Amino acid sequence: MLSDALKQKFDAVIARYPVKRSAIVPLLMFAQDEAGHVTEEAIQEIAQRVGVRPIEVIEDIGYYSMLHRRPIGRYNLQVCTNISCMLRGGGAIFEHCSKKLGIGHKQTTPDGTFSLEEVECLGACCGAPAMQVNYDYYENLTPETIDALIDGLRKKNPASET
Amino acid sequence: MADPITLTIDGKPVSVAAGTLLIDAAKQVSVEVPSFCYYPGLSLQGACRMCLVSIEKMPKLQTACTTVVTNGMVVHTETPEVKNARKSMLEMLLTNHPLDCPVCDKGGECELQDAVFRYGAAETRFLETKIHEDEKKFSNLVYYDRPRCILCYRCIRVCDEGMDVNAYGIGFRAAHSEIIPNRGEHLECEECGMCIDICPVGALTSGTYRYKTRPWELTYTGTICNHCGDGCKTTLSVRNHEVIRANNRDHSGINGEFLCVKGRFGWDFVNNPQRLTLPRIRRNGKQEESSWEEALSLTADKLKSILAAHGPDSVAVVGSNRTTNEENYLLQRFSRTVLGTNNIDHHRTADFSSLVGALTAAKATDRYATMENIVGAKHIFLIGNDPTHQHPLVAYQIRQAVRQHGAQLYVISQGDIKLRRQAARYLQVQLGGEAAVVSALVGASALPNNLIAGGSEAFGAFAESLKSAVDLVILFGDAIRGDEVRTMVRWGLSMPGETRFAPLGDYANSRGAADMGMLPGNLPGYAPVTDESARRKFESAWGQATPISSGLHIKAVAEGIEAGRIKALLVFGSNPARTFGLSKSTLAKLELLFVAELFSTETAECADVVVPATSFAEKSGTFTNTFGQVQALKKTMRKAGTKSDLEILLALARLLGHKWSYQSADDVLREIIALVPGYAIALPNLLIGRAVATRPEGTPPPLEKPDLIFSSRDNLFGSGTLSRYSWALNSVDEARKPYGHEF
Repeated sequence: MLSDALKQKFDAVIARYPVKRSAIVPLLMFAQDEAGHVTEEAIQEIAQRVGVRPIEVIEDIGYYSMLHRRPIGRYNLQVCTNISCMLRGGGAIFEHCSKKLGIGHKQTTPDGTFSLEEVECLGACCGAPAMQVNYDYYENLTPETIDALIDGLRKKNPASET
Repeated sequence: MADPITLTIDGKPVSVAAGTLLIDAAKQVSVEVPSFCYYPGLSLQGACRMCLVSIEKMPKLQTACTTVVTNGMVVHTETPEVKNARKSMLEMLLTNHPLDCPVCDKGGECELQDAVFRYGAAETRFLETKIHEDEKKFSNLVYYDRPRCILCYRCIRVCDEGMDVNAYGIGFRAAHSEIIPNRGEHLECEECGMCIDICPVGALTSGTYRYKTRPWELTYTGTICNHCGDGCKTTLSVRNHEVIRANNRDHSGINGEFLCVKGRFGWDFVNNPQRLTLPRIRRNGKQEESSWEEALSLTADKLKSILAAHGPDSVAVVGSNRTTNEENYLLQRFSRTVLGTNNIDHHRTADFSSLVGALTAAKATDRYATMENIVGAKHIFLIGNDPTHQHPLVAYQIRQAVRQHGAQLYVISQGDIKLRRQAARYLQVQLGGEAAVVSALVGASALPNNLIAGGSEAFGAFAESLKSAVDLVILFGDAIRGDEVRTMVRWGLSMPGETRFAPLGDYANSRGAADMGMLPGNLPGYAPVTDESARRKFESAWGQATPISSGLHIKAVAEGIEAGRIKALLVFGSNPARTFGLSKSTLAKLELLFVAELFSTETAECADVVVPATSFAEKSGTFTNTFGQVQALKKTMRKAGTKSDLEILLALARLLGHKWSYQSADDVLREIIALVPGYAIALPNLLIGRAVATRPEGTPPPLEKPDLIFSSRDNLFGSGTLSRYSWALNSVDEARKPYGHEF
């Protein structure tokens, strides 16, 4: 079930666009933020609200790699391996994450806590190598800072998060 | 009209209408500009970049499919730059395309194969591993092979714009883009297969055709579909007397490239192993196989003794609405002369007879609508039918009229039909309320309360908007019958412009059955049997007298059997047990039940004699579609053991001592053309594959009982006995959806 708060947000976002269908991507982002991924129900709801067929919403989800139709980990580690980060050891950072979590590109740990992804430029070249965890940025990464970050996230009580 | 535009293409001057696309202008001077994504009638895409041409004073190559011609334009299509661009585009398209032409279904009729052959791109500069995806089964009828797909978007557009189903989208992006179906891994749609037909490559393939043959091994015969009353032309592809596929190969006929699921896949009942191929005779309560001679002579002997003992009116005949005009004509002649009775009827699904009567009375027999009238119509009024399910081509043409020409559609319907999406005005009525609404529109009676969703206000708005309609095309289903047809016609003819009318009957030759006089009160061409001069005309041609009073309609026949007055029933291509609810115990009272059918039906199971008939693919003749347009059926193949109704009737007439001189269906057609009012059609037009309009004229007797007219309300995948024995039509999940379901 989509929450009432989300539905209100949908109303507000749609009202912002002169052409309703322009709101599809932001609506998908908000829906994904709430459920962790874009649910079937959200697809139907969005399609109906902006007046398109569900297939057109599904097309958008497929196009943007940041939108997920299936559940991913609570923390999505998006490691940049684009040019600046690559020159500053981004590849090794990705390898380290992969080894530590025991998962590869676009995979999720069995407990559903972490997902790992190799992504293109995050626009944080000045702090390369960089990584984005959900919406937060972490820069100037080393194997040690990554260990501390992952351990810290793991310890965090998921229930206390909102 | 604006002045024509003059331009030069490859040095040849060409004059075309303003607004013409360059790619179409080029065709007028025999210049071929290759393209994949461009498809006439669909929106422009500009996706494949194959149609790049050089236009003087324009800095870069332009896509001919999206460029509108302008005066003085100078275009070159064969410069080294253009040739090089084409070659590069093909090289791009082939980056991930497997070169599996020798095993690909499309090999031999593939647009990409042709283009590469012509423009070359045999060598590639891409050394990377090709991206591969395994083929996907979208449904039992549609398969998708991603690597072969060139992303031209034709399937997406035809499904959206042509079918209004929108079952396809593009998933993912760049080199990983692929066509995705609307329900995750599979399709939920009308299964029309237009996407397969329109696919320029072998990406979308047909579940019933794939990997069975190569296109050049097939024999192609253009004939007419045997399911609904629209009369689509379909090309049967046959190998070794087996139909392998159907499509409208040359896009000719009233349907152009369109075919629905029944026309494209529903022919497979022809190959069904359950087809009857040997006659059966009931002996000691059980049906046993017999020879043709035995079955027919037994029938003739029994008929002789029944006729001698109880008179001609102890026999009744039930005809078919999916056999040819020639067979229907012969059947009524058989009934009226050989048997001597007017007890002949069939399942009437629309009131053709009353429309003929009403238009004749109004001296307006030039107002029958044809299928072409729908496409060109500005105002269409649909009363009580769901064309999406019952008349897929009508629905398609209405959508085209609305989308391409801005036609206004007015709908009165009980259900929330899919065409409501195209309707400018829509009025939802209670069960059986269509006639009352029409009557109120005319002002013949007041609008009953609670009949319309929205009440008198909605009705008022609907009536008001209809006032602005000119040249209205009125399509009506079984809700309008008898006197209601006359009321509707009176109102329609009072409207401005040339109002035209078409009844929507269910089956391939429903109209032909009525036209040929397979009715207890009508001679062929709608003259009443009580009209002496009309009777004389046929009697002098046949050299025999015909009965002078009306026969029994099908419901009265049922009562007659029950009461023991009817002793023999002859059934051709019909299943009265199911259609009219004739029970086993009723049928058991008959001394003779003779059935000519393709399959064993509920009626055939009770029969004393069952003979195997030929299907539409195995005979010649003509069908008249629900608009009264006659089209030729061509014999495509043979089926051992079966005989056409025509052959069966000739044999029975001979056994009963009547010498008929017909040699073939053509002889019967010539007689129809000579004798049946409205059927004086030009044979050459028929033979070159045209749909020839008829204009029947007559004063038929009034409808005996309103409930003699009723539609089967088959859904998109149904057409009675034929669809029950089609694997394809039953293989899709959507077939289980009820009549009226929207996709």
